[in-house]
Amino acid sequence: MNSFITNNDGIVLKYVVGNDDFSIVGEVSSKIKNVLKQLNIDNKLIRRVSIATYEAEVNVAIHSLGGYIEVTITENEIKIKIRDNGPGIKDTKLAMEKGYSTASNKARELGFGAGMGLPNMKRCSDEFKIESKFGEYTELNMKFIK
Amino acid sequence: MAKYWHSVTLEPDYCNGCTHCLDGCPTEAIRIVNGKAKIIDERCIDCGECLKVCPYHAKGALSDSLDILKKFKYTVALPAISLYGQFSIGYDLNKVLNTFLHLGFDDVYDVGYAAEILSDYQKKVIKEDDKLHISTYCPAITRLIQIRYQDLIDNIVKLESPMEVAARLMRKKIMKEKNFKSEEIGIFYISQCPAKITSARVPIGIEKSCVDGSLAIDKLYTKIIKLYDEIEVEKDILKSSSKGYNWGRVGGQSFSMGIDNYIAVDGIAEVISVLDNIEMGKLPKLNFFEGYACVGGCVGGPLNVENSFVAKNRIRKLSQVAKEKNDIVLSDYPKEIIEWNQEIKGSDVMKLDNDFNKAIKKMAKIEKIFQKLPKINCGACGAPTCHAFAEDIVKGKTTIDKCVVLNNKKRRKTNESI
Repeated sequence: MNSFITNNDGIVLKYVVGNDDFSIVGEVSSKIKNVLKQLNIDNKLIRRVSIATYEAEVNVAIHSLGGYIEVTITENEIKIKIRDNGPGIKDTKLAMEKGYSTASNKARELGFGAGMGLPNMKRCSDEFKIESKFGEYTELNMKFIK
Repeated sequence: MAKYWHSVTLEPDYCNGCTHCLDGCPTEAIRIVNGKAKIIDERCIDCGECLKVCPYHAKGALSDSLDILKKFKYTVALPAISLYGQFSIGYDLNKVLNTFLHLGFDDVYDVGYAAEILSDYQKKVIKEDDKLHISTYCPAITRLIQIRYQDLIDNIVKLESPMEVAARLMRKKIMKEKNFKSEEIGIFYISQCPAKITSARVPIGIEKSCVDGSLAIDKLYTKIIKLYDEIEVEKDILKSSSKGYNWGRVGGQSFSMGIDNYIAVDGIAEVISVLDNIEMGKLPKLNFFEGYACVGGCVGGPLNVENSFVAKNRIRKLSQVAKEKNDIVLSDYPKEIIEWNQEIKGSDVMKLDNDFNKAIKKMAKIEKIFQKLPKINCGACGAPTCHAFAEDIVKGKTTIDKCVVLNNKKRRKTNESI
């Protein structure tokens, strides 16, 4: 864990996610999942969060120049923010379409790049926002209601 | 009966407090307290990893001795399928099964045949629903799921093991054909692993097992090979076809069911890794998961005598020359004989607190302590990792002055100042 902050409402966990090292993709999602399990959070909710954070982690590793995942856990909800250092998405509407992908051949060989990542995250979360500035960053915000 | 009973046990006289067993325990169930390993009952899944790694053989498996047969009027042996991998090719396995009649048992049943019944039954269950079905054949994996993968409990196939099915069939048959009362009949599993011994004593999914006790393969082995040379074959006991034999090794269930959309995983660390993948949605279309705590599947059970790869190879060869299958009529085996009838509950042992706010506070404390620790997971404090140590401190089970590395640092500082 790269940072762990508690405040009156709950906790905020922040993890740095690198890019292009596929062998460790999933480690951060696993860590988040284990934290949620220790906190007695509903299993079905944990499952949704796990799938969404894993997809996000894959995206950061494959498409971005690196970034971070921030998880905020409070009594009523779990918020997940994923922000990368670019290169950003030209057309976020197109990126949200099922099957659309810009993944490299290297990623596809590993079974990624099916174009289902973002739609999957949207399906798993209760609220989903994507924001991107081409050449600068992409930021996803997901909310899961407990 | 006590809430927890474990076959895996510790012989304190042999334990010298080394940390080998701490490392491999998949549920962080071991601590070294006052120089001796201690198993935390509610966490232990009887996988036997500690048993395999202990260089001093301080870990053992509680099992019954042959004396227990005297308590019953009619006794049956149910040898584990992996027993078939413990003899070099050329041994007459029917004769091997006949040796049990000379060990004091009145009858022997080929568990491989019960496995075949289950192959057909399980296939039917799997085909009815294309969701993920998780095999419960390895009880250590079922217990691992109860503790660490509770969101997968609904995916568990609620079917009995070949051992239990065999015991139920035999008990019924003996009561009917030989007119013994149920309590006069003693049915014993000849076990390859502590998890099976535990599941006969405190089963999952059913109230009471039909198996009255378990004897370890390694404790009987020399007796069996001696008897093998002395006895004549009395009975045809061996019935297994290729399908039955294959349950002795990883991948065997899927092979016997003739299904394709499955994954078979052996070795507890690999099972954990694949279950993590499943939880993260990486295997969305999987229909069947068979996982084994031991490398090779049941042939890798710690109470076997043969190397697991050698035994697995023998099972493969046996299945090649055996008949393809037995003709099994599923309608002969009603639901009551094959299925579990109780709910599978998750365990709370990994949770910090049932109250969210309290859990958060504990987590914050753990994190604060953890940051101070060296994070080298040396185990000298008695906990498997620095993080587990921090958890133990917050739970009030230990104190930070048990950290050898911190103490050394402190000492060095004091020395420098002098």
